[in-house]
Amino acid sequence: MRTLHQFNGGIHPPDNKAQSTQRSIARAPLPSKLIIPFRQHAGEAAKPIVRAGDHVLKGQLIGMPVGSISSAVHAPTSGTIAAIAVQPIAHPSGLPDLCATLIPDGKEEWIPHAAVDHRNSDPAELRQHLRMSGVVGLGGAVFPSDIKLRPGNQKIKTLILNGAECEPYITCDDMLMRERAAEIVQGAAMLCFMLEAGEVLIGIEDNKPQAIAAMQRAVADSGLPFEVVAVPTIYPGGSAKQLIRVLTGLEVPSGKLPTDIGVQCFNVATSYSVYRALAHGEPLLSRIITITGNVRQAQNFEVLLGTPVQDLVALGEALPDTDRYIMGGPMMGLPLSSTAIPLAKASNCIIAVSDKLFPPAPPALPCIRCSRCAQACPADLQPMDLFWFAQSREFDKAQQFSLFDCIECGACSYVCPSHIPLVQYYQFAKSEIRAHGHDQQAADHARERHEFREYRFEREKQEKAERLAAREQAAKQAQPAVPSINPADTMQQKIQAAIARAREQAAASKPKNTENFTAQQQAEIAEIEARRAHIHELAKSADEPSKE
Amino acid sequence: MGAFFSPFISKPDTVSRIMLKVLLALLPGIALYAWHFGPAILASITLASLTALGTEALMLRLRNRPVMHFLSDNSALLTGWLLALSIPPLAPWWLVVVGTAFCIAIAKHLYGGLGNNPFNPAMIGYAVLIISFPAQMTHWLAPHGLGLVEPDFLEQLKYIFIGALPPNVTLDAVTLATPLDTLKTRLHLDESVGQILRMPIYGRLAGQGSEMVSLGFLLGGLYLLAARIITWHIPVAFLGTLFATAGIFHLADPAHYAAPLFHWFSGAAMLGAFFILTDPITSPTTNKGKLIFAAGAGLLTYLIRSLGSFPDGVAFATLLMNICVPLITLYTQPPVFGKKGKP
Amino acid sequence: MLSALLVMAGIAIVLGAVLGFSAVKFRVEGSPLVDKIDAILPQTQCGQCGYPGCRPYATAIAAGEADINRCPPGGEEGIHKLADLLGVEFKPFGGGTVLKPKSVAFIDENLCIGCTLCFQACPVDAIAGAAKQMHTIITSECTGCELCVAPCPVDCISMKLIGENIANWKWKYPVYTLAQAK
Repeated sequence: MRTLHQFNGGIHPPDNKAQSTQRSIARAPLPSKLIIPFRQHAGEAAKPIVRAGDHVLKGQLIGMPVGSISSAVHAPTSGTIAAIAVQPIAHPSGLPDLCATLIPDGKEEWIPHAAVDHRNSDPAELRQHLRMSGVVGLGGAVFPSDIKLRPGNQKIKTLILNGAECEPYITCDDMLMRERAAEIVQGAAMLCFMLEAGEVLIGIEDNKPQAIAAMQRAVADSGLPFEVVAVPTIYPGGSAKQLIRVLTGLEVPSGKLPTDIGVQCFNVATSYSVYRALAHGEPLLSRIITITGNVRQAQNFEVLLGTPVQDLVALGEALPDTDRYIMGGPMMGLPLSSTAIPLAKASNCIIAVSDKLFPPAPPALPCIRCSRCAQACPADLQPMDLFWFAQSREFDKAQQFSLFDCIECGACSYVCPSHIPLVQYYQFAKSEIRAHGHDQQAADHARERHEFREYRFEREKQEKAERLAAREQAAKQAQPAVPSINPADTMQQKIQAAIARAREQAAASKPKNTENFTAQQQAEIAEIEARRAHIHELAKSADEPSKE
Repeated sequence: MGAFFSPFISKPDTVSRIMLKVLLALLPGIALYAWHFGPAILASITLASLTALGTEALMLRLRNRPVMHFLSDNSALLTGWLLALSIPPLAPWWLVVVGTAFCIAIAKHLYGGLGNNPFNPAMIGYAVLIISFPAQMTHWLAPHGLGLVEPDFLEQLKYIFIGALPPNVTLDAVTLATPLDTLKTRLHLDESVGQILRMPIYGRLAGQGSEMVSLGFLLGGLYLLAARIITWHIPVAFLGTLFATAGIFHLADPAHYAAPLFHWFSGAAMLGAFFILTDPITSPTTNKGKLIFAAGAGLLTYLIRSLGSFPDGVAFATLLMNICVPLITLYTQPPVFGKKGKP
Repeated sequence: MLSALLVMAGIAIVLGAVLGFSAVKFRVEGSPLVDKIDAILPQTQCGQCGYPGCRPYATAIAAGEADINRCPPGGEEGIHKLADLLGVEFKPFGGGTVLKPKSVAFIDENLCIGCTLCFQACPVDAIAGAAKQMHTIITSECTGCELCVAPCPVDCISMKLIGENIANWKWKYPVYTLAQAK
């Protein structure tokens, strides 16, 4: 029996998971259009390597990773790229981003792909394969998994598989564990091998007895020495830092990563994707998404990435009084501005909302410092102090009170009797602090360049003065007693000679092709002039930043 | 339609519900008060409630805030009740009105309204009244059977609103000094505690009638603890320190210092422990801070009662500790997750 | 009487010596005021304050010659920071100041004649080019000071607003209604 530890705080909101676990995972039918964002992961967006009009196969690479923290993007099905354009995506800002619009041809033709023998491959090659397969963390952070598999300075003692799924309404990991436990366990074996981990723990909240049983069966069948651990149901017990503490008793130091204490944590769906990528050579093209809330058929579907939200909503049959949708769970989810936006690697759930389901919060009252938020905070912070500092824009004090240790779980807002939207204040404060940090860096950089420029002028002035002094010295020494020619005449002669030389040069270098054009040359010139005029127009009216 | 912010679910508790529960917790004490001292207290409370709500509405209007939204949070009502319970029931109507208006308008709204005041508004009101109108603040009623004359409810109301006493009755006949006041004055006359406590005004533990009222507040306080509206830290620290300090002095010199239980059940000790000191806005937010705050208040209450010139020290002890709250909160920050024992 | 005087004088001398000694021995080296002011200024080097760069303006403020409200790129936040640092009253921008949103320069390459006047004007060397060669703005270095716009003889430099995009988007201050306005 493993001793489990506890973290302070946490809340127990009603589960609401039973609605969507009545049916098994269904495969969503092919949508009529797929919108695939090039930024579905943390880090730099992928660079498009296809153009409008290209025909692509299922699993074909369409976005190349850029930079060290990035991942690849693939075509989820075969078809034609209709456009590479900026389109609305699921982002709290509501701003659009570059996406590929793919019209499926219905054939689902796969690109040739093959398994990789992970036991006999170079670890760096395996990581590169995962990067090029687009495997990212499917627990919500969408951090490229290949980076998490890089060897660190500490040996990984414990590999944790996160099957907690603590947020209400979401059941995608639950169903994945119930139905595809064997593949998850195989994926965990691959991860364990790549990390050379000492032990593997699979943490599942105890409100998922069937998932626990399925995973235990799969582990027993595989013969691997993994341990399935049932953890107490509490929100946010599925947060990586909190789960690590519960299972190992260790706290990830503030500002550090789990690998710094010899632990690494992956979501069960990520483990499944790793298995598919290595054992079958399949890039990440789809994921399990829950549709629940104010719908007739709450269920989990295996959905191709890029499927518009409205298709999933239609499958779930939203009831007529639904007035908005949330992507994610009720604690940390994102309200959607439209249902045309695509589902991506980070989407785990769509909740159809009506006023009856989620009654609008009463208007906020001032903070009465009752400290219920501090009692609920899993990171042992003082949320009401952070709120006061964020409200009064005292960002230095907020940082002193560990603002950046906040995991934005929303437990504080949940218990607040004044119904203050606390998490939004922290997001605002963190945003401002980060932007300020960037501005400071840019200002310091500009100062450096300016100071170097001033130094450079000084240096040039000095060098010029030295050269002049040296020349005068040399001239004084080299000048013997010369018959005094009138300096003015010599000067005049020199000037005349120079003018004559310049005239000759001008005559010699006159372009010879500015007259007597042929018809074709005239046509070409006309085309070039037209293009120039067009670019000139664009430059006058364009909104894009200049090219580098 | 209001803004739609995550999280989209929340606990159904609200500030007005919490305040309402606190008001309910005061009822046992108020009922016992009315039982032992007559129903004049109900008139005080009603007057204080009306003034509190009226002043709050006026201040909100002046500050351009939505009136109903803030008025319905019951915090003004609670301040009014606490002040009414701290001052004599026979106080003239204008005393109640001035005190309550001062609490709400100056000690609460001029600092920025709900949540922004550093001092407990009810105690500020009490302090202002006792310093400005010391005479009227001694018109405490005698418990049943102890007063020379017992005016009935109508006569009490007449005195409160018009200042007219029944014919041939002086104020001295109707009022009686509080148990703590009596103790202090007699101790100055060199009587011993044992002698004083044999006077008819004293019951089993403390003053007759008022010990029952304190018991009522204790019961109310226990309800608040059970309903998780307050935590144990402040009541336990306050009562504990009061008991310990009183105990030390009593053991050293029983003739001049009353027993700890006497201190627990007299004056506003129980009211202070559960209702006044636990005001979340003016007490520290950290548990360690709460212990320090309440311990300091307990010590100060005892010192003011025994060595100071006021009969009861709860109000001034509260205000003095309110000043220290920001410092206490700053230095008692608990360790943060992942910061190895450092806040 | 005399003894009291002597004792007081003795104490004063001793304490004075202790203070003087501490002032020298335990001196905390702080950065000079000019550096502190310069650290607050945005380093746009645009000259809108009337001084040829941020450092000269910082020097002028430290000397008490310049007011703290002369820097539009720093915004009101910058004035507040300077006021806090110097312990003076906040002063809003004067009537004529125009606060412009952040922008970067853009050279229209069809019009550029390669005259080099713009990069001689750029205070942070954000323009790449040489005589009779195409000039271009290095966008990542451009501070938006607009000093290059005026010298260009063919007027080919325009300022492009840096719009909000996913990369530089910030969370907004939460706003919610308290009660329906009647």
